[in-house]
Amino acid sequence: MGLTGLAIFKLLPKTNCKECGVPTCMAFAMALAAGKATLDQCPYVSDEAKEALESATAPPIKLVKAGSGDKVLEMGDEQVIFRHDKTFYHPTGIFIEVADDSNVEAKVEEINGIVFERVGQRYEIDGVAIVNASGNADTFKNAVAAAAAKTGKVLLLVSEDPAAIEAAAAGVAERKPILYAANGDNYEKMVEIAKKINAPLVVKGKDLSDLADLVGKIVGLGYKELILDSGERETSKVLADLTQIRRQAIKKRFRPFGYPTIAFTTEEDPYLEALQAQVYVSKYASVVVMKTTELASLLTLFSWRDNIYTDPQKPIAVQPGVYAIGDVTPDSPVYITTNFSLTFYTVQTEIEATKLPSYLIAFDTEGLSVLTAWAGGKFIGENIGPWLKDSDLNQKVSHKKLIIPGGVAAIKGKIEELSGWEVIVGPREANGIGTFAKLKLGA
Amino acid sequence: MPAEILKEKFTGRVQEVVLGATKDEGGTRAYTVKLGGSSTLPFLQFEGDIPNRPVIAFEIWDIKPDWHECFAEYYSDVWEDPVAWAKKAEELGADVIYLKLRGADPELENSKSPDECAKVVKAVLENTGAPLMVEGPGNPDKDNEVLQAVAEAAAGENIAIGLAEKDNYRGIAAAAMMGKHCIIARSPVDINILKQLNLMITEMGVAPEKIINDPLTGGLGYGIEYSYSIMERARWGALIGDKMMAFPVVCLAGPEAWRAKEANAPLEDAGPGWGEQKPRGIMWEAMTAAALLQAGGDLVLMRHPEAAKLLKKHIESLMVPNVY
Repeated sequence: MGLTGLAIFKLLPKTNCKECGVPTCMAFAMALAAGKATLDQCPYVSDEAKEALESATAPPIKLVKAGSGDKVLEMGDEQVIFRHDKTFYHPTGIFIEVADDSNVEAKVEEINGIVFERVGQRYEIDGVAIVNASGNADTFKNAVAAAAAKTGKVLLLVSEDPAAIEAAAAGVAERKPILYAANGDNYEKMVEIAKKINAPLVVKGKDLSDLADLVGKIVGLGYKELILDSGERETSKVLADLTQIRRQAIKKRFRPFGYPTIAFTTEEDPYLEALQAQVYVSKYASVVVMKTTELASLLTLFSWRDNIYTDPQKPIAVQPGVYAIGDVTPDSPVYITTNFSLTFYTVQTEIEATKLPSYLIAFDTEGLSVLTAWAGGKFIGENIGPWLKDSDLNQKVSHKKLIIPGGVAAIKGKIEELSGWEVIVGPREANGIGTFAKLKLGA
Repeated sequence: MPAEILKEKFTGRVQEVVLGATKDEGGTRAYTVKLGGSSTLPFLQFEGDIPNRPVIAFEIWDIKPDWHECFAEYYSDVWEDPVAWAKKAEELGADVIYLKLRGADPELENSKSPDECAKVVKAVLENTGAPLMVEGPGNPDKDNEVLQAVAEAAAGENIAIGLAEKDNYRGIAAAAMMGKHCIIARSPVDINILKQLNLMITEMGVAPEKIINDPLTGGLGYGIEYSYSIMERARWGALIGDKMMAFPVVCLAGPEAWRAKEANAPLEDAGPGWGEQKPRGIMWEAMTAAALLQAGGDLVLMRHPEAAKLLKKHIESLMVPNVY
């Protein structure tokens, strides 16, 4: 991406003054192209050249931040269309709407209470969108203040009336709320408000062309903390618009679309709404604003977000070692699996369900699953045997029986030979552990 | 500043595969179902056409399944009888019936013979109108025998049989060719094996319009992203002209989603915040399915009727034209 050294060189002053710390302008250009220098090191570069260079070397999608404290939401700064090309970096923020003419405090309490835990992950709602449903600026201001007092989550202020936004934003300026939205009629005033508190501003177009036009005008006013809304609300059309915005920013470096995006769900049924939100999470939205607080909808949506934003290049691993599940005793059974987190947590949850306190070894396979690690020579008797022989498990349990995954029954002999432990072949699939424990371990 | 719509110029498309045959075509199906055919990325109609929307298949077994008790509400009166179950699946909105011949598993006490399996398939065909897919018990030798018998019994019906895998495809491909059926080719979440297997099957003489791919689905929360990326890569391959990646794709949303603890655990065993089992199980399946549609699923195998209903509505909203 970005410009070549030669293209940059053409825009430099060519003084060869060395004040940038590099011997020649050409060498400085090369350093810029490689990302090893920044343009502000050169005191003589013209503003025009600076603008051209900055937009060419800037990341295709700007990083925009909202919120404060430990609840900062980072949006944008993505580089690819498909996750397998690299990875998606900044997980979509999930926001829930609260109308300003409803019981704001109760609703925000409810949103605060939505917290899920699964496979070692904790999911919570990222933000609260306070909607000026009343149309009244004072009501809106009070609702925003009430919500802010109840939650540390990111705030999204939804009103196209600049007077309402101005009144409400003033009270929560230090929280860096997202302001929604600048349109063709109000953008000058909205930019002024956003500038005053340096808050991210959503730009809402009537369609993609109108959106690009508006962004151009707002950037012209000197404001770039922006989030994009094409104005479309139908699932398939939002999908198309989000795709266009992402593509044009990355493939054509179309600057007006080089910002994070926001999408709103419209489905009335809370389950269909979650499926709709899933499309936007999958396809590039930086923020999705929803209405439902239905647990099944949100648990599954968060799980999907977690999955798609996983870095495809890194297997996720847990710390290798011995884990105690429940109140273990010297008689507790000992299971072994790999330290690939998906494998580990799947086995762990099944053992938990047996209600029989047990030890579980997360054997270090550099985060590979059982069969992959076995095929790669990382989950074999030659490794496990010696490790087990010296393991502090020998002090923790009074027996010497190890339960191995059924898929690698072949490693049994070598482990026994090298460790002196007896090996019991467990079920092939983790979901067989319940039955196995009942039949073989008397759980 | 007008935004100039960026359209990819694709040269390839996903192979179109027809499942089933009506009376005029030598079978007895009430209708046929077309899979694939897209010349664009999933649901992006602005740069290509999507002649066939994704199809929903219902999973049924030839023996009583070991599924979560919540399925009893829908199927307990029919799941001892595959024919009644197939009819029920049709009533509940199945586009396609996907029959798993689990009863033929040689490790079962009363393992069904190939003849018995053929009879079950025949009876299902006689009593239903939807196109049929048939999966063997999952034991290589038995699969070959069973699918051979099934392919003969269903001659003319253009069913799909599987699963053909890298180490076991010859017999199944031969049976499919003999009976003029489709074949389901499964690869283990691996794009290279997917391509290689397709190549080996076509080299045996199976026609491209008879091949369906099963890239092996991971369920939500348990490796779904691997399948998602494999499917995205296969679709891209198809669109840029790689014919060995261009077959319609089956997603096993139902069976995979219901392996998760999150789908099954009752409230008292559920994790923090998970809520009631019923909506959670349904959504675990529906979300798995919907996510895979975004990567290019052409046929989704579903288990829970409520999840299938949600998915159907979701597909309708995605099929609304989005041409600029």
